[in-house]
Amino acid sequence: MTDGAAPVLDVRDLRTVFRTRGGAVHAVNGVSFSLKAGELLGVVGESGSGKSVTMMSLLRLVPSPPAEVTGGAVLFEGRDLLRLPEAELRRLRGGRIGFVFQDPMTSLNPVFTVGYQIMEPLRVHLGLSRRAARDRAAELLSLVGIPDARSRLSDYPHQFSGGMRQRVMIAIALACNPKVLIADEPTTALDVTIQAQILDLMASLREKLGMAVIWITHDLGVIAGIADRVMVMYGGQIVEHGPVEAIFGNPSHPYTRALLTTVPRVRGERPRRLTVIEGQPPLLTAPPDFCTFRDRCSQAYEICDRLNPQRYPVGEGHDAACFLCDPGLAPQSAAPRVAHV
Amino acid sequence: MSETSARPSPEPVIAVRDLCMHFPIHRGLLRRQVGAVKAVDGVSFDVMPGETLGLVGESGCGKSTTGRAVLRLYDITSGSIRLEGVEIGQMPQSQLRRLRPRMQMVFQDPQASLDPRMTVEGIIREPLDEHTRLSSRQKRERVHELLDAVGLSRRFAGRYPHAFSGGQRQRIGIARALALNPRFVVCDEPIAALDVSIQAQVVNLLEDLQERFGLTYLFISHDLSMVRHIANRVAVMYLGRIVEMAGREALYADPLHPYTRALLSAVNEPDPGAARSRRRILLTGDVPSPADPPRGCNFCTRCPEVMPICREMDPALREVAPGRHVACHLHDPAITTPREPTRAAPTAVEAASTRGDQPPSILSTRSVP
Repeated sequence: MTDGAAPVLDVRDLRTVFRTRGGAVHAVNGVSFSLKAGELLGVVGESGSGKSVTMMSLLRLVPSPPAEVTGGAVLFEGRDLLRLPEAELRRLRGGRIGFVFQDPMTSLNPVFTVGYQIMEPLRVHLGLSRRAARDRAAELLSLVGIPDARSRLSDYPHQFSGGMRQRVMIAIALACNPKVLIADEPTTALDVTIQAQILDLMASLREKLGMAVIWITHDLGVIAGIADRVMVMYGGQIVEHGPVEAIFGNPSHPYTRALLTTVPRVRGERPRRLTVIEGQPPLLTAPPDFCTFRDRCSQAYEICDRLNPQRYPVGEGHDAACFLCDPGLAPQSAAPRVAHV
Repeated sequence: MSETSARPSPEPVIAVRDLCMHFPIHRGLLRRQVGAVKAVDGVSFDVMPGETLGLVGESGCGKSTTGRAVLRLYDITSGSIRLEGVEIGQMPQSQLRRLRPRMQMVFQDPQASLDPRMTVEGIIREPLDEHTRLSSRQKRERVHELLDAVGLSRRFAGRYPHAFSGGQRQRIGIARALALNPRFVVCDEPIAALDVSIQAQVVNLLEDLQERFGLTYLFISHDLSMVRHIANRVAVMYLGRIVEMAGREALYADPLHPYTRALLSAVNEPDPGAARSRRRILLTGDVPSPADPPRGCNFCTRCPEVMPICREMDPALREVAPGRHVACHLHDPAITTPREPTRAAPTAVEAASTRGDQPPSILSTRSVP
C-alpha cells in the first residue's frame, strides 16, 4: 500500500437514482472512497449491489434518463467530474481515465479492425498522426502479450479469441497512459488459465506504468490475489472497506463474513455443506433509513430496522457499516430481533 | 458420501466407451464437407449409481457436448453409450423416447431454457403430459410435490418465468428435470449463470435431491472449487478428450496431468496470504482449434513439460493406480520414469535417455512467482 500519498480520485457521497416507470430505484446511496496513486482497489459484491453503477456514475456513463446522479462529488486532478462540461469529460474518458468493460465479446465494434479501435483514442486524445498511432497501437498490442502484433492490427475482433479480445480491450484502455484504470469484471467471461494470464499481465503493467486501478468483480479469489485494498458493496453502499489482509483475515461485517463462507475452495478443508445467504438483495425504492442487509443478517437487532449504520472504524484503515462494530452501542443491551443470534 | 460408497454396485448407470461427436464443416457452393470439428474425440467413463461424476474443463473443451451426446440429444459419430445396461448409442430417436424418462438434463441458462409463455405449472407438467397417463388432478398433485421438493411455494404455480430470479428459475428447471423420476441427470453448468450466494443454494438443493431420490449426476462445470464440493469423482477434459480422471481427493491433492496441475494452480483462492505465496503454473497461448488439433498429444502446444514424443504420439488414457486414469506420456512407465503412485520401472538414466536432451527431472514446472 502507498500510505500517505494524495488520492488521485476522491469520491464523496455519490448518489445515483434510476427513475423508471415502476418507480425510483436507488442504486447508489452515498458512496465515499478514495483511490491512491498506483494502488489496486478491489470492489466486490453480488449483482445488483451497485458496484458497476457506482463506477459508471463516476464518469457519467450511466444512461440518463433513466439514471440520474443526484448528489456527491468526484474529484480528479482538482476538478469535480460530476460538474464538468460534457466536452471536457469526453477528453478524460479513455484518456486520463481508462475503462475496461466486462464482456469482451460485445464491447469491441465488429465492423472495425482492432488496429482502428486501438488507434482511435490515440488520434482523438493525443492527436497522433496515422503513422504514429499505428506504431503505438502495435506497441500496445505486444505490451498486452499478443504475438505478431503489427500484422494483427488489420484483423477484426471475430478473428481473436475471448482472452485475446480482453487483451485488446486492455490495450485500448491503456492507450493514453491513464492515471486511473477502471476495470469492470475484466476476467469474469474468461477461463481460469486465460484469467491467470490476464491477472499476471495486469500486475506487470501496473508496475511498469504506475497507474491506479479499480477492479470490480464478484470473484473473491481474484481480489485476494491482486488487490491492495477492498471495498465490499451491498445495497448501493460500502458495507466494509479495508486492506486486503484485514478484509479476508478479520471480516467484520456479517455480509462479508457470509460471502467468504459461501465459496467452496480447491484446497484445504471441504465442508459437508455450503453455507448460504438466504433471501435476495434489496430493491431500494427510497434511500434506506435502515440497514440494507437486515433481512438476510443472522445477527440483526431491533436498531437495524430503525437506522442505517454509518461506517465504524474496526482497525487500521478498516471500517464496517454495522452496529455490531459501533463501540458506543453495546449489542448485548440492544434487543435482539432474531432469536437465533 | 465417501468416495468408495458408490463402488460396490457392479453395474454403472451410464457407461460411455470411445464416444466421438464430430460436427462436419461444409464449405463452398456445393456445401462439400471439408473437415470436422472434433468436439468429443474418444471419451470413455462410467457413472455409478448414486454417484456424482464432475466433468471439468475450459470453454470449448467439449464437456457440454459430451453431456448432450450421452443423453443422445445428438446423433453421435461413433462409440457406445449404455444406460443401465441398454445400448443407446445408435438407437433411433423413436425408441429412445421410451427411455427419456430415465435420463434428464438441467440446463445452464435458466433464462433461455424455460418457455417464457408457459406458466411454471405448464413447464413442470409438460414431461408428465408427454410420458405419463396421469389424470390432470394427479399431474397437478405431482407438480405441487415437485415445487415443494425444490423449495418453491405452490402459490407460484400460475406465474410465468419472468417473475422469478435466476436462482428460482434454476429451481423450476430442476423440478422439470425431476418430474419423471429419472435415474440419471446431466447438470450442464447449472450454477454458472448465478450469483455466488445463490450458487450455494442451488448446489445444496442438488445434493439434497440426490440423497432423497437416489439420483446419479454428471455434473458439468468449469468451476473447479464447486466440483470439488459436489463430485465423488472428477474427469478433466481438454480439447475433446479426458486427460485425467480420479477420485476427488486424489485429483485435488495430487493432480498428475500437467494440464490438471495448471488448471488447479490457476484457481484463485479467497486467501491473500496463500494467493501471494502460491506457485502458479502459467500456460501460454490459447486452446488449439478442435477442427485442427495438433499432432501427437492434444496438450503439447501449451504443456510446460512437453517432450519430443508428445509431438509424435497421442497418449492413451491409462489406469496408473486403482481408480486413477491419466493420458500423459509422463506417467507411462514405458516412456519415462513415473512419479508416484506407480513406482516400478526404468531407472532414471534410461528414462533420461529416452527423453533425449531434456533434463531428467520431470517434476520441474515453469512457474511464475
